[in-house]
Amino acid sequence: MPTLARWFIKSALIYFVLSLIVGVLIQARPAISLPPEIISLRPTYFHLLTVGWITQLIIGVGYWMFPKYSKEKPRGSDRLAWATFILINLGLILRAISEPMVAIQSKPDLGWLLALSAVFQVIAGWLFVINTWPRIKER
Amino acid sequence: MMPRLSVWMVRAALIHFGLGFTLGGLILFHKGVPMDMRVWRLWGLHVDLALIGWTMQLAMGVAYWILPRFSQGNRYGRRTSFEWLALILLNLGVILVGIGYAFPDIARLILIGRITEAVAIAAFAIYIWPRVKPLAVS
Repeated sequence: MPTLARWFIKSALIYFVLSLIVGVLIQARPAISLPPEIISLRPTYFHLLTVGWITQLIIGVGYWMFPKYSKEKPRGSDRLAWATFILINLGLILRAISEPMVAIQSKPDLGWLLALSAVFQVIAGWLFVINTWPRIKER
Repeated sequence: MMPRLSVWMVRAALIHFGLGFTLGGLILFHKGVPMDMRVWRLWGLHVDLALIGWTMQLAMGVAYWILPRFSQGNRYGRRTSFEWLALILLNLGVILVGIGYAFPDIARLILIGRITEAVAIAAFAIYIWPRVKPLAVS
């Protein structure tokens, strides 16, 4: 398994665990008297699960298993793939930090951080598409 | 070697992924730096693109590629037309749902789109069922 695939999959596993912990906190809030603001973590919870875990697992396994691009560059551009990894994780971490703060209005000036997280993730998504597209072929 | 149908499905899934990420990015950007409240109309399409168009379609395309094939007759089975049907209907369904969410006046398209998606998944399930088998069984 290539190094980058391992990074994607291990990061995905971390998000999987984190997202489920956040899910438990949201559900347990009334029982253990957590602040009501914890509800604002719901979108973060969904996206840690769907982007951090599922999508990143798919990207990692796809990078490893999809048909080879060429003998010289079996997995397409390594630069694009690493950029995808860095940007998607940077975007997710920024989101996880800034979204709850913006949602509860305690730090509305952090909105630009949330916007930056969106830009990072969108760029990461398209870099993945661009790098993977030529590998999806019959031969 | 990846079969042609899988190529179509995985590439279509990649397009849905890129579009779904872009719409999600717009909504997230708007949460941080408000632009236009109508951005929220994209939420339904964002979810459909990400869950149905991307995740499910990718799984269907990869399943067609890697599940055990047959040693006699068509290696991919008798009902491959069902898988093509699933490809067409799934993508049509996501488009209809998206239009329905974007234009509340024709929101009934959401239901039609959901039915189209359900028929697509049923066609896929009927097709793929016999391929879920031990490798040696022809």
